[in-house]
Amino acid sequence: MADQQFEPKIVGFLCRWCSYTGADLAGTSRMQYPPTLTGIRVMCSGRVDPTFVVKALKEGADGVLIAGCHPGDCHYSEGNYKAMRRHPMLANLLEQFGIERGRVRLEWISASEGELFAEVVTDFTEQLQELGPLNWNQRIEADCETV
Amino acid sequence: MISLTIDGQVVEVEDGSTVLQAARKLEIQIPTLCTHKALLPYGACRVCLVEIEGSRGSWLETSCTFPAQEGLVVNTTSDRVLRTRKIVLELMLARCPEVEVVKELAAEMGLEDTRFPKKGEDCILCGLCVRVCGEKMNAGAVHFVNRGTGKAVEPPYDRHSAVCMACGACEVVCPTGCVDLSKITTHQPRPIPSEFDEGLSSRGSIYVPFAQAVPNTPVIDKDTCIRLLNGDCGACQAFCEADAIDYDQEDTIEEVDVGAVIVATGFKLFDSKLINRYGYGKFDNVLSAMEFERISHASGPTLGKVIMKDGRSPQAVAILHCIGSRDENYHEHCSRVCCMYSLKFAHLVKEKTDAEVYNLYIDMRAFGKGYEEFYKRVLGEGVHFIRGKAADVTDVSETPEEKGKLIVVAEDTLLGVTRRLPVDMVILSGALTPSPDSADVGRVFSLGCSQGGFFLERHPKLAPVDSMSDGIFLAGACQGPKDIPDSVAQGAAAAAGALSLIDKGKVVIEPITAEIIEDRCAGCQLCIANCPYAAIEYDKEKNISVVTEELCKGCGTCVAGCPSGAAHQKNFEDEQIFSEIEGILTGSEV
Ligand SMILES: Cc1cc2nc3c(=O)[nH]c(=O)nc-3n(C[C@H](O)[C@H](O)[C@H](O)COP(=O)(O)OP(=O)(O)OC[C@H]3O[C@@H](n4cnc5c(N)ncnc54)[C@H](O)[C@@H]3O)c2cc1C
Ligand code: SF4
Ligand code: SF4
Ligand code: FES
Ligand code: FES
Repeated sequence: MADQQFEPKIVGFLCRWCSYTGADLAGTSRMQYPPTLTGIRVMCSGRVDPTFVVKALKEGADGVLIAGCHPGDCHYSEGNYKAMRRHPMLANLLEQFGIERGRVRLEWISASEGELFAEVVTDFTEQLQELGPLNWNQRIEADCETV
Repeated sequence: MISLTIDGQVVEVEDGSTVLQAARKLEIQIPTLCTHKALLPYGACRVCLVEIEGSRGSWLETSCTFPAQEGLVVNTTSDRVLRTRKIVLELMLARCPEVEVVKELAAEMGLEDTRFPKKGEDCILCGLCVRVCGEKMNAGAVHFVNRGTGKAVEPPYDRHSAVCMACGACEVVCPTGCVDLSKITTHQPRPIPSEFDEGLSSRGSIYVPFAQAVPNTPVIDKDTCIRLLNGDCGACQAFCEADAIDYDQEDTIEEVDVGAVIVATGFKLFDSKLINRYGYGKFDNVLSAMEFERISHASGPTLGKVIMKDGRSPQAVAILHCIGSRDENYHEHCSRVCCMYSLKFAHLVKEKTDAEVYNLYIDMRAFGKGYEEFYKRVLGEGVHFIRGKAADVTDVSETPEEKGKLIVVAEDTLLGVTRRLPVDMVILSGALTPSPDSADVGRVFSLGCSQGGFFLERHPKLAPVDSMSDGIFLAGACQGPKDIPDSVAQGAAAAAGALSLIDKGKVVIEPITAEIIEDRCAGCQLCIANCPYAAIEYDKEKNISVVTEELCKGCGTCVAGCPSGAAHQKNFEDEQIFSEIEGILTGSEV
C-alpha cells in the first residue's frame, strides 16, 4: 500500500498565462500544499513537447503535470487544444512501456485559480503516493528484457 | 431670393418663405399660437397679425400664412396691429379664460380681463393636434367637427378612433395641454422608459442620452421612431435649424488602428430581482440603489425630491447594505463602495425629508480618506444603524402601526433580537458585479478574470493597471469594485502607461519567436497547421516552412509539433528546458 513517507517528485510544465500565475497566486495567498512540484514556465501548454515529459520521467520525476488555460481561454487561441490532443497519445505510449496513465496529468488551471492549483498538486501527490516511486531504469530494463 | 422691408428693415429670404419667417430672420418678435415649425402654416389663431402696406392703402394679414413678396412693406407694431391683436386675444380669453398660454399672451398685451362673456373652454382651436396627426403621423385620427361656436376637435363620430396609434404626438404639440388621449383611443400609450433614469421617467424617440453624454448630441432610437419605422412624422428634421437630422444614417463599424488599449468597461449593479424576498419589482417603494440615485438627483425624474411612488414624502426609510455581496449564494466579494454610498443615501434622505432612516449593515466599511469622518457625521445626523443583514421585506402587517407599511425584518446582532421595522421606502444597496459580457471582452483582449469575474491585473501590488498582455491596460471597476477616486487614479495610471508605449513609437517583440532550421525541415507543413496565427508560410521552391517573425507570438506550438526537430523557439529551446528538468531533478533516484 501507499508508503506515507514517500515524497514523489513532480515536474510541472506551467503555461505562463494561466497556471504559472495560478501557482504564484497559491503561493502569495499562503495556501498549503505539498512541496512536491517544481514548475517550469512555458509560453503555452501547446509548447510542451512529449519529449519533455519523457525526459522528466527519465531524469527521476515520479509524475508530470501539464497545466494550461481552460478550453477557449488559451492566450494563443488553440495551443491548449493541441496539448489536449497530444496528451492521450503520450499516455498510450507510456502505458506501453508500463508507465501508469496516472503519472502524467493534464489540467486546466486559470490565473485566478490558486486554490485549484493547490488542490491539484495535493491530489496528484496523493495519487503518486498510491502508485509509488517510478524507478524508470528498473522498469525500462525489465521491459527491454521481456522483449 | 426675395427682398422685403419689415418695420423699416430690409431682409432677404428664400422664395416661398412667409412674412413670419422673414420677420424671425430679423429677430422681430411676433406672437404665434397655431404655428409649428414642422407643420404647414394654417392661420387659425390670428395672433400673428401684421399690417401690409400697399399702394392703395394697408390691410391686415396673418404673417404665418402670408407669403413674402418682392418689395413688400410690412409693419408689425402699428397701432392697428396691436389694437386688433388685443381684440383677438380678448375673444380668446373669453373662450379660454383659464388657459395659461392665452393668459400670458394677453398679459403681455396689457390685458388683465375680457369684456366678453367667458366660456371656460380649454381648447383654443389652433388645430395643431389635427395637423400633426394628419400631416406627420399619417393617421388622421382627430379632426375639427361642427362650425362656428360649436367647433371642436374630436375623433370622427365622437367615438374612440380606430386608427389612432396612441403615439401621443397630439399631446406634445397641444399648447394648452387639453388633449386627453383616453377620449381619442382605447389604446394605452406606451411610454419609452428612459434608460438613464432607470425607467422612472420616459423619453422621446430622439433624445440626448443624458446631460453629460459624450458626444452631447441627440440620438434617434430606431426601434420607436415613427419615421424610421414607417416613413411618417419626420418632425425633428423640420425642426432642426442646423439641418443635422439624417434618417438614412446607418450603423457603421469603424476600424481604428491603435497602439494601446485601456479596458474600462466597468461593472453592473446586482439585479435585486434575483433575491425575491426583498420584494424588488413587487412593492412600489422598494428601490434599487441606482433608482434612488436618480430620485435623489436634481436632474432626475422627481427633480431631486425624495418621494414615494404616490408622491408622498416617506416617514421612514430603510437602507439595506450588502444586497448580493458578501453572500455565498450570490457574490462572495465585498463591493467596497456600497457602505459608503449607503451612508450618502442616508445623508440625502435626512437632508431632503423628515424621515427616520435605518441602515442595516453587516460590517461598516468606511475605508477611504475622510470616510470614517463621514460615517461619524451621518451618525450625528440621527440615522439609526442596525448591525444585521435584512432577512425579509414584507407588507403583511402584524400590528396596527405596521399597517400600510413595508416591514423590514432583520436580526439585530448587537442586541440579539429580531426586529421588525415599519418603513415607507426600502433602498437595496446592491453589489458591484462584473459586466455580463466580461468573458467576451476578456477573450477579445486576452484578459483573464480573477475569482468573482473581474479582470485580472498583472500583479496585485506591482502592476495593478497592466494586464497580462502588453499594451492592454485596465482601469476602473472592471478590474474590481472601486469608487470614483480610485477609478480615476487607475485611469490616469493606465493612460500614462499607454502613452509611454505610444510615445516610443515601436513595440519590442519578446525574443521568444520560433524559427525553422532550413536544413532540418522536411517540408511536411505540420507546423503550418499548428500555428494559430498563420505565422508560417511554405516556401515551395526550397520545400521548407518559414516563420514570419513579426507575426509569431511565440506560443511554441509548432515547435512541440515538429517531427523533424527543425522548429525551435528562442529562449525556450528544447535544450534549455531539458537543462531545467535536469536541474530540478538532480540527485533523484532513477
Ligand atoms: C448606486 C451607486 C452609487 C455610487 N456612489 C458613489 C459615490 O457617491 N462616490 C463614489 O466615489 N463612487 C460611487 N459609486 C461607485 C462608482 O459608480 C464607480 O466607482 C464608478 O462608476 C466606476 O467607474 P468606471 O468608469 O470604472 O465604470 P462604469 O461607471 O461602470 O463605466 C463603464 C462604462 O463602460 C461602458 N461599457 C461597458 N462595457 C462596454 C463594452 N463592451 N464596450 C464599450 N463600452 C462598454 C459602460 O456603458 C459604461 O459607460 C457608486 C456606485 C453605485 C452602484
Ligand atoms: S395620439 Fe392619436 S390622435 Fe394624437 S397624434 Fe397620435 S395618432 Fe393622432
Ligand atoms: S511559435 Fe506559435 S505563433 Fe510562432 S510560429 Fe510557432 S505556432 Fe505560430
Ligand atoms: S496560453 Fe495557456 S494554454 Fe495556451
Ligand atoms: S400663428 Fe399665425 S394664425 Fe396662429
